[in-house]
Amino acid sequence: MQLYLPIAEVSVNAFLLLGMGGIVGFMSGLFGVGGGFLITPLLFFLGVPPAVAVATGANQVVASSVSGVLAQVRRKAVDFRMGGVLLAGGLAGSGFGIWVFRLLTAAGQVDLFVQLAYVLFLGIVGAIMLQEGLRSWWRSAEGTPVRRAHTHNWIHGLPFKMKFRASGLYISVLPPLAVGAFVGFLAAVMGVGGGFIMVPAMIYLLGMPTKVVIGTSLFQIIFVAAFTTLLHAVTSQTVDMLLALVLILGGVVGAQFGAQVGLRLRADQLRILLALLVLLVAGRIALDLLLTPAEPYSLTSTRLP
Amino acid sequence: MIRAPVLVLALLLAPAPAAPAAAQVPERIVAGLSQTQVAITTNFAGSEILVYGAVRRDAPPPGGGALQVIVTVAGPPVETVVRRRDRVAGIWVNNAAVTIDRAPSFYAIATTRPLDRILRATDDLRHRISIPRTIRAVGIAAEAEGSPDFLEALIRLQTRRGNYVVDEGSVTLTDETLFRADVALPANLVEGTYAVRIFLLRGGRVIDAVERPIAVRKTGLERIFTQMARNDPLAYGVLSLVLAVAAGWGASAAFRLVRP
Repeated sequence: MQLYLPIAEVSVNAFLLLGMGGIVGFMSGLFGVGGGFLITPLLFFLGVPPAVAVATGANQVVASSVSGVLAQVRRKAVDFRMGGVLLAGGLAGSGFGIWVFRLLTAAGQVDLFVQLAYVLFLGIVGAIMLQEGLRSWWRSAEGTPVRRAHTHNWIHGLPFKMKFRASGLYISVLPPLAVGAFVGFLAAVMGVGGGFIMVPAMIYLLGMPTKVVIGTSLFQIIFVAAFTTLLHAVTSQTVDMLLALVLILGGVVGAQFGAQVGLRLRADQLRILLALLVLLVAGRIALDLLLTPAEPYSLTSTRLP
Repeated sequence: MIRAPVLVLALLLAPAPAAPAAAQVPERIVAGLSQTQVAITTNFAGSEILVYGAVRRDAPPPGGGALQVIVTVAGPPVETVVRRRDRVAGIWVNNAAVTIDRAPSFYAIATTRPLDRILRATDDLRHRISIPRTIRAVGIAAEAEGSPDFLEALIRLQTRRGNYVVDEGSVTLTDETLFRADVALPANLVEGTYAVRIFLLRGGRVIDAVERPIAVRKTGLERIFTQMARNDPLAYGVLSLVLAVAAGWGASAAFRLVRP
């Protein structure tokens, strides 16, 4: 069944869209990432204009994150206080990011910067997570007790300490604020929710338990993605509600299944799978940059008044 | 439609020297379209328009080559930036760009015979019939080296996407009088006014041309979404978010019922 999208002005197969929303929603529920880094390239592939894909992708991320976070709340796996601190840093960082984005757009190299940022951050994050995940998996397979990465370092000497009960942490608010701001900055520049950076940062930099990380990350992403959607709707009118609705329909169902599957997997297995997914996306973009393109030309059309 | 009988009447009443305009054009097009409106609905999957008509003449067909017909359909014009990726320091990046001021978002040509055999270059230039002639690219030579390549790339990419269609020999002409052409409009149609042009040719020269508009409009749900996104973007954005949150909550609640 073909579906004509009113804002994107393209006709696409409705079932293909449903399936795509479902797969991205599944990832979202399983790993606690918004799925922005997956949905946007997939929509490009269908012929949806990039501006519409980015804005509508953000709207879909809101829905799947809400669905995912509610599943986590029921399991008391959301640290609302930590989420709030991260969000405060995130909004400040994204404000700065939008400013840098404008500078890069004026310089005409925003595409390149975004692609390099994807390869660099996805590559690093994926590699670290995969290495760490595999190590803890082997260790648990050998039967030696898993040591928590909960060592005292300079982070615990910082002032403004706060108790994060759900995470079992008593640390300064400065590191979460800084992590939030950094992720918010990257999210604004790269046009994604930032879950794939947020999740490992919470695990390795803040030392939060993996089970709490997913819900807290999703909680934070809801607000970042909502902010992005609203900004795009007002400034460029590129949110396609019909496209979003079909993606959401698939996405919310997928997110529930993802959360169910996530319950059956161990934390280290989850991390290895997310690492592989992140590396896959990074590798795909790296190939785009390195391989000789079949078609070196591309078109961007704008309506004449 | 009303004017045609009046013209016939005028020709019958007036002697030949008194009607110089008609004398210069011994053959005229009387054309019709199967539809003057295309409605884009939610399940719109393309449309076909039938362009038909007849050649009206007051004298026997003159010599100077067989009669030929060209039908073109042009979508609303767009400004297009064509970018080329080049290898810089080992990676492929968008390097050079050229802005094409005005090109049709959709363009279809249907003819009775191969275009280059029935149309002279001078007439193509005057009437802007072939694809390269419909595109206006002023001053692109200053924007990047090898600018003709960018123009070629635009045509190549649009043809591959099915936005530019050349269908030579698809117009049927019976007894040098009746003609018909079926032009398929793709599913990825942009809203706006489409111009259908019909050209009558003899010996490579255009001897008559008519133009008819087709209004392509979104209707129903499509129209509501587009209007709201444009006229009240804040409310539209908020509504998008409300729908997203409601859908997320709804799915979560539904799943709790299924698996307590």
